[in-house]
Amino acid sequence: MHSTRFLRTGAILTTALAAAALAGCSSSDPLATPDEEESSSDAIVVGSQAYYSNETIAEIYAQALEDAGLEVERQFNIGQRDAYMPQLESGEITLFPEYTGNLLQYFDDATTARSADDVYAELQDALPDGLTALEQASASDQDSYTVTSAFAEEHDLASIADLAEITDPLTLGGPPELAERPYGPDGLASVYGIDVDFSATGDTTVEDLLAGTIDVANVFTADPRIQTDDLVVLDDPESLILASNVVPIADADRADELAPVIDAVSEKLTPESLVALNVESQVDEKSPADIATAWLADNGIIG
Amino acid sequence: MNLVTDAIAWLTSGEQWSGDRALHMLMLQHLWLTLLSVVAASVLALPAGWIIGHTGRGRELAVAISGAARAIPSFGLLILLVLLFGVLHKPEAAIVTFVILAIPSLLAGAYSGLEAIDRATIDAARAVGMSEWQIFLRVELPLGLPLLVGGIRSAALQVVATVTIAAYINLGGLGLPIITGLALRRYDMILGAALLVAVVALVLDALLGLAQRRAEPRGLRTDTTTTLRSGREPAAASRH
Repeated sequence: MHSTRFLRTGAILTTALAAAALAGCSSSDPLATPDEEESSSDAIVVGSQAYYSNETIAEIYAQALEDAGLEVERQFNIGQRDAYMPQLESGEITLFPEYTGNLLQYFDDATTARSADDVYAELQDALPDGLTALEQASASDQDSYTVTSAFAEEHDLASIADLAEITDPLTLGGPPELAERPYGPDGLASVYGIDVDFSATGDTTVEDLLAGTIDVANVFTADPRIQTDDLVVLDDPESLILASNVVPIADADRADELAPVIDAVSEKLTPESLVALNVESQVDEKSPADIATAWLADNGIIG
Repeated sequence: MNLVTDAIAWLTSGEQWSGDRALHMLMLQHLWLTLLSVVAASVLALPAGWIIGHTGRGRELAVAISGAARAIPSFGLLILLVLLFGVLHKPEAAIVTFVILAIPSLLAGAYSGLEAIDRATIDAARAVGMSEWQIFLRVELPLGLPLLVGGIRSAALQVVATVTIAAYINLGGLGLPIITGLALRRYDMILGAALLVAVVALVLDALLGLAQRRAEPRGLRTDTTTTLRSGREPAAASRH
């Protein structure tokens, strides 16, 4: 979900390589000497996916914890969930920025929870013993239905339900598999009573939205182009789409120690600020460390 | 084995053959893109190949260009062209990509067909007073036809297989169920559509293979019936 579709396809095509890499990742670092492991046993190990946005959040956690006087070790760019979850469960990693909906589906793919609160509550139950979810942020990285701000203004749109007022035929664009997803065109019809044509715009979905070949686009809520191209994410009052808010997953034994610092971060991590962080990463090409320091200072968490 | 039966079950279920994404509609889109691309590439490559073959000049350049064109990754080129042309011109970007893919085989088929002709035949044609146009139309073109059709055959085969990537830019075709299935991890869908692409490619190749045999001038055919007939012809001619 978090890498582009091309990268994902590439990953599937190189399954053999990936499998080899995962096997390498899941064992402990063969180059680490036993001494190092012992001396760092008290340090907080912050992990991240190989996804720029996730790494930025992890770096924010790391710097916030360092500022609070804790010893922090970074294990960034671990790859996808299958690769790091065993390390998180075994306690090798203490803290990891995750996404509620996607993580819940990882543990329970039959879940019917969709709204942010339901998903968070179910996730607490679904997590293995020894792991706990700290407070979730309002920022999310999930599918959404998005329109241009001009289109939203013209038709006075704030939520998906408002699309029902539009009499002109609507075209929804997104990756080809959206046609088969429960929240795709069929879901829009059954939950909101909105009939749309579907266009498999794939990787050029945002470009197609801007060019006007589609009216509504399936865009991830943390996509930097929401800010740079002035897009409006429509609210989903009926919870058609699985909510996936940013949530820190922590080692349950260390949660009390981490919570005061990390909850303050989550409180400030709004949807707009996550998009802004991603813009700094992808458009301004700043390093995660610089982005994190500036964000923490701006929000009064450090310095 | 299970996966193959799943794929066949997917292919044969009525659901796949109705609605917006019906497989026969996708197949038509697929063949239409293939046809357009091969025809457009032929318009560009065949005259160029004939000029090279007839004059014997520019062969090195043609070999260099075809060699370079063969090394271009189609998928990368497709995405690059969509970015360059803009999302309103996706079909143009796709056609240009497939044309570039088809050109090397067509160019090679056209000039090697002419080059393979015995020089003595052409000298003979020139000696009986044929103009350059007559030599080209009556001697070189018919004698070079089998290799030319061979070039079209190999270009069409490459294009029909590669048109699957057009689904990535919303042009449909049989690649659509493949990339949809990849994202959904529906392996029956991926394999079913891939089998269908393979069948379409094999059928197209077989048809063009037949055309290639038909294109062989009678006097050059090597199977027994024609050898016998051409063996008799001089005798028949001498009687008149």
